[in-house]
Amino acid sequence: MSGEEFVPLSLTPLLIGIFAAVACALPGNFLLLRKQALIGDAISHVVLPGIVVAFLLTGAISAAPMMLGAAGAAVVAVVLIEAIRRLGRIEPGAAMGVVFTTMFAGGVLLLEQTDTSSVHLDVEHALYGNLESLIWLDAVGWSSLLDVQALAHLPVELPRMALTLLAVTLFIAMFWRVLKISTFDEGFARTLGIRTNLLGLALVITAAVAAVAAFDAVGSIIVIAMFICPPAAARMMSNQLEGQVAWSVGFAVLSAVFGYVLAGYGPLWLGAQDAVSAAGMIATVSGVILAVAARFGPCRTRSGAPVGV
Amino acid sequence: MLIDALLLQLGYNATLVAIGATLLGISAGVTGTFLFLRKRALVSDAISHATLPGVCIAFLLMASFGGDGRNLIGLLLGSAASASVGLWCLNWLTRNTRLAEDAAIGSVLSVFFGFGIVLLTVIQTLGVGRQAGLEGFLLGSTAGMLWADAMVIAVGGAVTLLLILLIRRPMTLVAFDPEYAAARGLPVSKIDMAMMGLVMAVTVVGLKIVGLILIVALLIIPAVTARFWTERSDYVVLLAGLAGGLSAYIGAAMSASAPNLPTGPIIVLVSFALFLFSLLFAPNRGVLAAVLRHFRFQRRVHLRQGLLALAQGQPIYEKLTLRLLRNGGLVRADGVATDKGKARAAKALRDERRWAVVRSDQAHEAAAALYDGLRQIESVLTQDQITEIDRQIGGPKEVLA
Repeated sequence: MSGEEFVPLSLTPLLIGIFAAVACALPGNFLLLRKQALIGDAISHVVLPGIVVAFLLTGAISAAPMMLGAAGAAVVAVVLIEAIRRLGRIEPGAAMGVVFTTMFAGGVLLLEQTDTSSVHLDVEHALYGNLESLIWLDAVGWSSLLDVQALAHLPVELPRMALTLLAVTLFIAMFWRVLKISTFDEGFARTLGIRTNLLGLALVITAAVAAVAAFDAVGSIIVIAMFICPPAAARMMSNQLEGQVAWSVGFAVLSAVFGYVLAGYGPLWLGAQDAVSAAGMIATVSGVILAVAARFGPCRTRSGAPVGV
Repeated sequence: MLIDALLLQLGYNATLVAIGATLLGISAGVTGTFLFLRKRALVSDAISHATLPGVCIAFLLMASFGGDGRNLIGLLLGSAASASVGLWCLNWLTRNTRLAEDAAIGSVLSVFFGFGIVLLTVIQTLGVGRQAGLEGFLLGSTAGMLWADAMVIAVGGAVTLLLILLIRRPMTLVAFDPEYAAARGLPVSKIDMAMMGLVMAVTVVGLKIVGLILIVALLIIPAVTARFWTERSDYVVLLAGLAGGLSAYIGAAMSASAPNLPTGPIIVLVSFALFLFSLLFAPNRGVLAAVLRHFRFQRRVHLRQGLLALAQGQPIYEKLTLRLLRNGGLVRADGVATDKGKARAAKALRDERRWAVVRSDQAHEAAAALYDGLRQIESVLTQDQITEIDRQIGGPKEVLA
């Protein structure tokens, strides 16, 4: 494929997909080990009412208020889950189920009640985004990467996603040691003077930021899949946290690249004319990777469990 | 308008939807209770999302064989098939790998849903035509529901309910104590499978009304709501069925009464309103009851401490204590104890001394374990025992002013 075609049409969606996948997979590793894997699922559902409320308040589709609204909704959801869990003495899974379904229902209702026909805001878009439409029209080939004029018209999602990835990576790098200790042995972490509650909240908020940024670019289905599948597959490959994180990043990149390529070109190879949803395909590829890892991964069984039972 | 809707006066179609939704709500509430008590509420989320590829594959198959792709029974069979594949993957992942159940739920949910979306776009681009309204399965759509569709839903809801009635006892046992159930010789894994099968049935039947994203709410919220009101499992099941049926009925009626009120979200919001009411006002487990209990306890502690301070002639500065003593007629406005107050204070101090004897005596070990600073000693020991303790302490002495 020539650069004239690849750079404007595929380079930016591919990069955005990779950045989103890695930004979600990184915190996903810790959430998985802390048995909070479904937080990603909950956050990606509650983002919808946040975005709708932001739209109603500002009356326009603009990125900043929507991101704020989404982040606000994520925080509200986390607080509500915790409040319901404590006040009602309900197990966390059920509390989460109550909160995210209700907030999602509220979002759908608000969306139906307001006139959003003039703008591009609907439930389907929120669910599976439109990675394919994030094209770079000003590019003419690989040389455009050095062209300041053309670079100024990159889709805004690309620098935003790159920044998010950078922030998430920085957070995890800075707090690596305390995160590791508190994930594996919370009691020990507390005796060392680590404020585990704050750290847990910070981790969830980091995950929410990654989810909201990725959601804006690629839709919620990638977010849920990337929070869980690459870390889960990586968990089958390594017994070291370092190894697990490295594998999960590799798997996330692999899913994004293969998913995008398969969605864009797979149907053409099969003789069909149109591409299929890239977001859905990326999630599907990550599932295939997980299936392979769960079947053949070297560390797939519980440690100490007899093999073949 | 809403009254008309609630009284089923809004025409044939709305009535069908309301009845179907109510049956669905009842069976979802009842089924969800077992899931909730088994602490596996979110498994239903994975199951419901896993229905999407099946719906699409069924549509593609039916359309490619020249039939009507929108045949509801065919679509529902397809969704049941893919939901059971998803359930099998979920069980395999939790049993054979080191993944915890929540991670398995999340991966099954996202991968199946993602694959379903791929298939949806395939259907859109293939131009099989007429779009099939498959998006309606995401969020539910009751507009233009056919009589046959409503019958499928009503019969499905009724059959599910019947099945639950048949296997409710073993399911209750497994939900509360799987080890005991296994020791009794019950096939725990089969009963778990049956429970999941029921959840699947409810999900599949509910796809058309509330949609696959929100059906999980109907399974979780009524059960959690009912749990606030009672400690008995059979009542929880009944109440959950009631809450589910009520919210589905009100929700369906409300959505029929005005435009732009989608049925699924309205049903979920009504059931959340019931949940919120229960969370706040349920006796014993509700927030209001807990707050009242706290205040009652606080008053008892303050009163007791106030009486002990009175008896020992210590000044009391704490406002709540002073107010309680004054309201009880135990002290005068200037803080001096009344006769009644002196008597109660002396009794409190003497009880404290008695408790000290009880707690230092090995013979009273069982009674001493009940000491919490508030318990009346008469409620623990007999009159004879108290007399015996009083003999050890000696007679009452004058309280120093």
